[in-house]
Amino acid sequence: MASVADAFKNKNGKAFIPFITSGDPSLEVTEQLVYAMAEAGADLIELGIPFSDPTAEGPVIQEANIRALSGGVTTDKIFEMVKKIRKNCDIPMVFMTYANVVFHYGTEKFIKTAAGIGMQGLILPDVPYEEKEEFSSVCKKYGIDLISLIAPTSHDRIRMIAKEADGFVYCVSSLGVTGTRTKITTDIGAMVGLVKEAKDIPCAVGFGISNPQTAADMASKSDGAIVGSAIVRICAKYGKDCVPEVKKFVKEMADAVHAV
Amino acid sequence: MSNSKGRFGIHGGQYIPETLMNAVIELEEAYNHYKDDPEFNAEFTDLLNNYANRPSLLYYAENMTKDLGGAKIYLKREDLNHTGAHKINNALGQCLLAKKMGKTRVIAETGAGQHGVATATVAAYMGLECEIYMGKMDTERQALNVYRMKLLGAKVHPVTSGTATLKDAVSETMREWTNRIEDTHYVLGSCMGPHPFPTIVRDFQSVISREIKQQLMEKEGKLPDAVIACVGGGSNAIGSFYHFINDKSVKLIGCEAAGRGIDTNETAATVNTGSLGIFHGMKSYFCQDKYGQIAPVYSISAGLDYPGVGPEHAYLHDIGRAEYVPITDDEAVDAFEYLSRTEGIIPAIESAHAVAYAMKLAPKMSKDQIIVVTVSGRGDKDVAAIARYRGEEIYD
Repeated sequence: MASVADAFKNKNGKAFIPFITSGDPSLEVTEQLVYAMAEAGADLIELGIPFSDPTAEGPVIQEANIRALSGGVTTDKIFEMVKKIRKNCDIPMVFMTYANVVFHYGTEKFIKTAAGIGMQGLILPDVPYEEKEEFSSVCKKYGIDLISLIAPTSHDRIRMIAKEADGFVYCVSSLGVTGTRTKITTDIGAMVGLVKEAKDIPCAVGFGISNPQTAADMASKSDGAIVGSAIVRICAKYGKDCVPEVKKFVKEMADAVHAV
Repeated sequence: MSNSKGRFGIHGGQYIPETLMNAVIELEEAYNHYKDDPEFNAEFTDLLNNYANRPSLLYYAENMTKDLGGAKIYLKREDLNHTGAHKINNALGQCLLAKKMGKTRVIAETGAGQHGVATATVAAYMGLECEIYMGKMDTERQALNVYRMKLLGAKVHPVTSGTATLKDAVSETMREWTNRIEDTHYVLGSCMGPHPFPTIVRDFQSVISREIKQQLMEKEGKLPDAVIACVGGGSNAIGSFYHFINDKSVKLIGCEAAGRGIDTNETAATVNTGSLGIFHGMKSYFCQDKYGQIAPVYSISAGLDYPGVGPEHAYLHDIGRAEYVPITDDEAVDAFEYLSRTEGIIPAIESAHAVAYAMKLAPKMSKDQIIVVTVSGRGDKDVAAIARYRGEEIYD
């Protein structure tokens, strides 16, 4: 099975990382989306496990979370879906969810199960460096990468965070929550530079990337681009018929990142 | 958990996005600097006394005492503070701190609107820009408070996400804070959220128990036997309990909103019905399902309609130092009417939850025992809603 780090080893060493909310519009569609995005050139997939109150998300992903939960999606059903996916597809995948989803399930039970069904990593946007120990110690035990995030406000914290980072470092491009932005003004190159001084680890940029130009620009300053809201918006627009539309968009984005 | 700060037993911590970490670290550093600064404390005390009308009365509820026929009942009259609730204590402290930190804008969540009004009031007084986030459902059931905030110069954002109540207002204010940190302080309204908020809010509210202790000593020459306060996030309760925590003879009782009952889904009694979780920056007890999805909660009281509880309360519950009892809508409304008729004091529907428990407890205690009930706010804001509860179609 490929690792998170492997996602950054193909072609030009740049990864395109799409995010989707599991169960939006249904787990059957989510499964098909994974296959389609892998075929379209995605290097790593972020599978969102919906949470009732996603405090780091903008309106687009908030609504996807609500749609998925209203449809009856649960953590156990998502685990079952991943088991099915793993029979057909070995693209590296990480879960992206909130601390309570993992903690309340039982941190050890969640991470052990995730590792057992073939997940490679976990992103918890509400678990900063100071609180990561209770999750990272278990992740290490089962070989799951707990992905660390850095933000434009991290400044002197970047070195400390990067030193202990696993898999890749998720560089949050801008202030605020997830969602498309007209412009990214943060000096991404400087942020990535600080990470690399502390540790030789890939850096991927997310938050606010919605078109191939920005994706290529971000990938040129780092090791990859993460796109969530722009894809989730397509899922919202086309519902159960979203697979070909998402595939087309992911191909454009992945091609742009791989051409850097 | 070697790096984790702000723990109360296993509860508390700082479960927030990395984007906010330097903001809470800056806040903690500023607070640690100013909390022992004589000049800051003199300024804060002056504001409490000369702007907010402190100390608030410790009132002997003689009619209620005689009627119930048991323990002597004192009411701590936070309803007599400027803006009509205990919320002003914390708003003054945090806005003063924000000013010292060089912030020019404050944002806050509000449930019933009391914290929003308090923050808007202090922001107007101190010349700070102010934006309040309030669940859309709450803007409708507390329409007068929305207008009050606007009158005070604040911008009010109705929050439509999730259940459109207090928890969603907190989430939205947190989101807004990640958007604009440099010039903005988040005046969190209860003893909850990420460290250092639970500690800061407790300290600013602890003036309540400091005064109770001193006032009761003057009147009765002894400690109370029980202190009763309502608990949503729990700020008036932690303020009422704090200086009694080490006085083991004083029973500390928090009254949670049971809504239509703790055996129904329409409840907000977190300690009684919730389980351990991580949400809104803290580890504590929350109403949630088996997958950790936060439950929609319900109470007649917009101020107690919150699915979590402050981490220090969770800890006081764990160690058995405080007791948390559920009070239903019906019991709270009865107490609301009872205090109005018996003492001529219309309490906030939140505070009526505490009054309701005192009505149950006092008759079981002896006449030489003393109960202090914190009336956290006044009930003018609730009159129309209570009328509707009783079948009279009155609107604000």
